[in-house]
Amino acid sequence: MSRALSRCRLLRWLMTFCCLLAIGACDRRDQELSVQAEDAPPAAGDTILIGSGADAVTLLPVLASDSTSADINGLVYNGLVRYDKNLEIEGVLAESWEVSEDNRVLTFHLRRDVLWHDGAPFTADDVLFTYELLVDPETPTAYADRYRQVAEAQVLDRYTFRVRYYEPLAPALISWAFPVHPRHLLEGVELTRTTLASRPVGTGPYRLVDWRRGERIVLEANPDYFEGPPYIHRVLYRVIPDSTTMFLELQSGGLDYMGLTPLQYAMQTDTPAFRRRFRKYRYPAFAYTYLGYNLQRPLFQDRRVRQALSYAIDKQEIIDGVLLGLGQVADGPYTPGSWVHHPQLRQYDYNPGRARELLAEAGWSDGNGDGFLERDGRPLAFTIVTNQGNDQRVKAGEIIQRRLAEVGVQVRLRVVEWATFLNEFINPGNFDATILGWSGGIDPDVYNVWHSSKTGPGELNFIGFKNEEVDELLEQGRRTFDLQERQRIYRRFQEILAEEQPYTFLYVPESLPVVAARFRGIEPAPAGIMYNFIRWYVPAEEQKYHR
Amino acid sequence: MVPLLLGITLVSFVVIHLAPGEPTDLQTQLNPEISAELQQRLRAQYDLDRPLLVQYGKWLGRLVRLDFGDSFSQDRRPVTAKIAERLPITILINVLSISLILAVAVPVGILAAVRRNSPFDRLTTLLVFIGFATPSFWLALLLMDLLGVRYGLLPVVGLKSLGYDYLSFPGRVLDILRHLVLPVFVSAFGGLAGFSRYMRANMLEVIRQDYILTARAKGLTERRVIGHHALRNALLPVITILGLSVPGLIGGSVIFETIFAIPGMGKLFYDGVMMRDYPLIMGILVIGAILTLIGNLLADLGYALADPRIRRG
Repeated sequence: MSRALSRCRLLRWLMTFCCLLAIGACDRRDQELSVQAEDAPPAAGDTILIGSGADAVTLLPVLASDSTSADINGLVYNGLVRYDKNLEIEGVLAESWEVSEDNRVLTFHLRRDVLWHDGAPFTADDVLFTYELLVDPETPTAYADRYRQVAEAQVLDRYTFRVRYYEPLAPALISWAFPVHPRHLLEGVELTRTTLASRPVGTGPYRLVDWRRGERIVLEANPDYFEGPPYIHRVLYRVIPDSTTMFLELQSGGLDYMGLTPLQYAMQTDTPAFRRRFRKYRYPAFAYTYLGYNLQRPLFQDRRVRQALSYAIDKQEIIDGVLLGLGQVADGPYTPGSWVHHPQLRQYDYNPGRARELLAEAGWSDGNGDGFLERDGRPLAFTIVTNQGNDQRVKAGEIIQRRLAEVGVQVRLRVVEWATFLNEFINPGNFDATILGWSGGIDPDVYNVWHSSKTGPGELNFIGFKNEEVDELLEQGRRTFDLQERQRIYRRFQEILAEEQPYTFLYVPESLPVVAARFRGIEPAPAGIMYNFIRWYVPAEEQKYHR
Repeated sequence: MVPLLLGITLVSFVVIHLAPGEPTDLQTQLNPEISAELQQRLRAQYDLDRPLLVQYGKWLGRLVRLDFGDSFSQDRRPVTAKIAERLPITILINVLSISLILAVAVPVGILAAVRRNSPFDRLTTLLVFIGFATPSFWLALLLMDLLGVRYGLLPVVGLKSLGYDYLSFPGRVLDILRHLVLPVFVSAFGGLAGFSRYMRANMLEVIRQDYILTARAKGLTERRVIGHHALRNALLPVITILGLSVPGLIGGSVIFETIFAIPGMGKLFYDGVMMRDYPLIMGILVIGAILTLIGNLLADLGYALADPRIRRG
């Protein structure tokens, strides 16, 4: 799954960063189990061994765009703000902040007790430097665009930083969750050559002590961390690319934490021995998988056809078959249960009869009796294209193929290598329908995916969705700071999508982490379990690694 | 050899650039935070906006100074550094595995040929073919589960234990050896079939020859006939195969390295191709090409050593 969703990463650093992909509650049974001996007092020490499917690429956050790097950078660096356990914004390096009357100026008051890992004091100059780094045309970074909306950034005094935006921008505040880089080590240094990429210096709760490429990354607790030193003394990321091997290594005691696949979660971890040694958690990821229709194709320009296809697909069947039940039906671009999600959307429950009716209304009928529908002598047939390497999407495609055949729609499935998939199919708009996923930021702004100005080659509205009301709503939504008002705007937006069905929203997958039972202090919250990682601990008598 | 090498690099360079997609894709495609302008700027930084021949010229210019350039992945590390940290373990495993294959396959092949159609021949034929047909990832997982998880005899993955740094020197050697048992066994298991069948076929061919008859007629012991006169001739084609496997020493198997979590060349190359990391791909291909040429040379020298006719001829 890592590869699956990580490929399409809306604001991924935000997520991994502030809360490591998460919302929701944990599995009931596991929760009951975790009650035992929770009262053992916190103690410092021990090592947590974390399984990672890939090595980090670079530990300079401004250059990194892979999820392992983001995970580690999240422990080494801090942003000005972050999402707390309930996904509300709280200060980290910023003690407090003010938003001006016209919503265009943000003033951050910074903490005065923060030191870089090398002992240098952290000041507003570091923040300004990070901003300048992000917008510098010479910096090969994937994160520049949001900071280009800043008209002016200035240091008011040693611990006050102010930015003024050209226009009010609702997601602006959380964009300052981006890791702050040390000015005193990076100024005047060529970014792609600095040793900081492999020997990072941050302000975060952990600092890097060893990195053996392709093998492991070792972090140690920062005793001077301004939120108090973390209990767990050492964090060791082990690179194990294959998830089956990783699971074997977990069972043999070589790992304390990994993300399970649905198969492992549902079928291979239900033994008493496993439950004694580990605790499983599950919560919906901020992501969804969809079947998107190319609206340039005449076939899909008829809304009734799209609605019919949504009715003909049994989403629960896909969840049961592909995710073994570990997911939930998606009905729009937002995770069910989040504040912005619309609770009463039009649902497309599996209903082949309704699908046939709608298709008949649209003029499709089986004239020649071959079991497939035609109109004006042309069969109702299209190709779903998806990327190689994501088994879940391919399986979902096969299930969809069969269900659509039942209502007389002929579907071919094509699986293509990622780069080819993008360059030959998606970017030139050379596809009928595609199965893909978005992993979303927590902020509801999805301007880039749905606005009609974003339909150019290589842009994200590649299905060519154009709707004037949606355009207006999206523009309003990102300029509005009032939560109630924003909710109203985005609910209307979801209603339109539910009616139009430019995508058939398929499912929201779940994060399925497993943690060794000796770790305590884990409190599942809407933000997942990693948000309070520095407060995890192992009771003294259960500690496993002593040096 | 130099024009040949030049040709190889030109063809490889063109072919990898023909594949759709570019190194910047992974960072920029389907990323809502990236504008078209930013994509262009990134392309320019990698020289991807220049004509292909110009890019090749620049690359070649660096190559003659033995500079493979910097990787296009975000860490921008020198290609040589990336290869250097992966090469030793790949070579170690491949050398061990080829040695194991030779140590087992040559005697098995000879015996099978000498006792053709005997129960030993039939049994080894069956076994090596089972080995050939067994998917290595499957066998690896089964062995890991059995020996690593159930019985805890051997470590499951990686090359070193967590406490490696605290071990004494003999302890370290033992630790690495324990980690190598499964990978070397699994990678050798599949290769046994090829070599032992080759050996058997060659041997059968040779022992039908007149000079073997002569040797026997001279009254030499069977041991001397097979071990000296027949073996030497039967080894010739094996030397060819060995020569051809020299470039294979630096190539690892992706599947195999992925399963055992060994940071080797196979995974490096595979990831490089998937990311369209051109300098890295070219670096590995050039080294591979050079080793292929050297391997051919070594095979020729090996013939001369084994076969006096070539030496004098």
